[in-house]
Amino acid sequence: MEKLHPELPPAGNHEDLLPGKFGRRKFLSYCGLAASVATISACKKDNDNNNMPPAGSIDLGSGDIGILNYAYALEQLEAAFYTQVVASPYSGITAGELALLTDIRDHEVAHREFFKAALGTKAIVSLEVNFSAVNFGSRDSVLGTAKAFEDLGVSAYNGAGQLITDPAYLLLAGKIVSVEARHAAYIRDLISNGSFADSTVINANGLDLANKPADVLMAAKPFLKSVLYAGNLPMV
Amino acid sequence: MNIQNIITEIEKIDPEVYDRLDSRRGTMQHLARWGGRIALTALPFALGGLFKKAYGQSAGSGVAAVLNYALTLEYLEAEFYTKGAASGVVPAGTPAVGAINTIRDHENAHVAFLKSTLSAIGTTPVSKPTFDFTAGGAFADVFTNYDTFLAVAQTFEDTGVRAYKGRAAELISNHAVLTAALQIHTVEARHASHIRQMRKARGANLKPWITGKDTGGIGAAVQASYNGEELTTQAGVDITKFASINAASESFDEPLTADQVLAIVKPFIV
Repeated sequence: MEKLHPELPPAGNHEDLLPGKFGRRKFLSYCGLAASVATISACKKDNDNNNMPPAGSIDLGSGDIGILNYAYALEQLEAAFYTQVVASPYSGITAGELALLTDIRDHEVAHREFFKAALGTKAIVSLEVNFSAVNFGSRDSVLGTAKAFEDLGVSAYNGAGQLITDPAYLLLAGKIVSVEARHAAYIRDLISNGSFADSTVINANGLDLANKPADVLMAAKPFLKSVLYAGNLPMV
Repeated sequence: MNIQNIITEIEKIDPEVYDRLDSRRGTMQHLARWGGRIALTALPFALGGLFKKAYGQSAGSGVAAVLNYALTLEYLEAEFYTKGAASGVVPAGTPAVGAINTIRDHENAHVAFLKSTLSAIGTTPVSKPTFDFTAGGAFADVFTNYDTFLAVAQTFEDTGVRAYKGRAAELISNHAVLTAALQIHTVEARHASHIRQMRKARGANLKPWITGKDTGGIGAAVQASYNGEELTTQAGVDITKFASINAASESFDEPLTADQVLAIVKPFIV
């Protein structure tokens, strides 16, 4: 089951997101090619245009609304997962585990419903999930998936912060991401006590994961029947 | 002469070069335009003009101030865990030793990282204050009583999470620094979660997340670190419509202002 969990980039990769390396990495990857001035000038320069989503896909939108819908999509995924976890607890679950997993479900539902209400008519539709890879009867399968989702959520908010332009939205994202990090640490400790912030997520500078929407959505994709389109999201 | 080589060379000296420029996208557009218009021999001059503009403006006193503020808090945490780990207050031979060492190492890494970032943006890092982890006697046995040690640790971590959150918006113009601050912010939250579980294992009544403005049994001495956490309305949306009052408060962590945080840590600074 382990390999069915979404895979985050290896620990070494997120060092590329550090200030210092960050700039060079972005510079080189800006157009995919950066060998010469000519390729730079040929680079597509407008990231805020209205790209057409493929038929049947759900367009997250552009600007801050796009980022909020991106967060809303991830919260929908998490809420659906924990709703199932609590509805059909895994074999051997303790009362303490069930109580805190129920808390986490409630938090994720609160996040989901908050985004839905705050986005109003700009909210994307409710997503269809696909948890066929999860064995809800198995503690290892459930907690392994939970760990992947929580670490992914933390990395998603950390990576999306710089794409937000409205300080109020940035603060809201900050209010949520630390709760996701509390969840991540708890789930990790349930799997292996003391792994709450191990070197698979925290680098040598003491920094947590930060991932781009494209990478996060790629990891989330196997768990979604709905197809998301991120082509209009802001980019760095 | 190749623009990319120039940038690469400058970046070796100043990793923050891109953030001094208007924006990465703007920089690329400038460079692209120049690539078509300017003779290669003139490029160093043209780039010089661009970089003068960038460096002529400070990195933003706001960004430096936030980083020095964060550095002060990280100094506090780093020295606290370094002294705690060396004091023998953490029961030897238990998993707690590894956990405290992990947190200690992260806090020291944050200190080093923030100092190097401040230097990179041309600002002198603030000096480390002299700390009194007994807070003038309020936590007199902090390095001899494990429960007191964990109580202070929990307060520092939960306060740290709120402190970063409270000032992240001031970094919004500097993408690299903002991202790094967010990455530290969630590490502090992971620490807080674990320390709270360590206290629970010692019999305290609390969860990895903050319920209402509850201190988890520590009491009035640290209440200021929890006041305001009981909020259940976010951006005008009443969260209790979707969750219990407890879950509504737990599902969002709240910020603290700089003044609130400085008042909280003041008793720990001589």
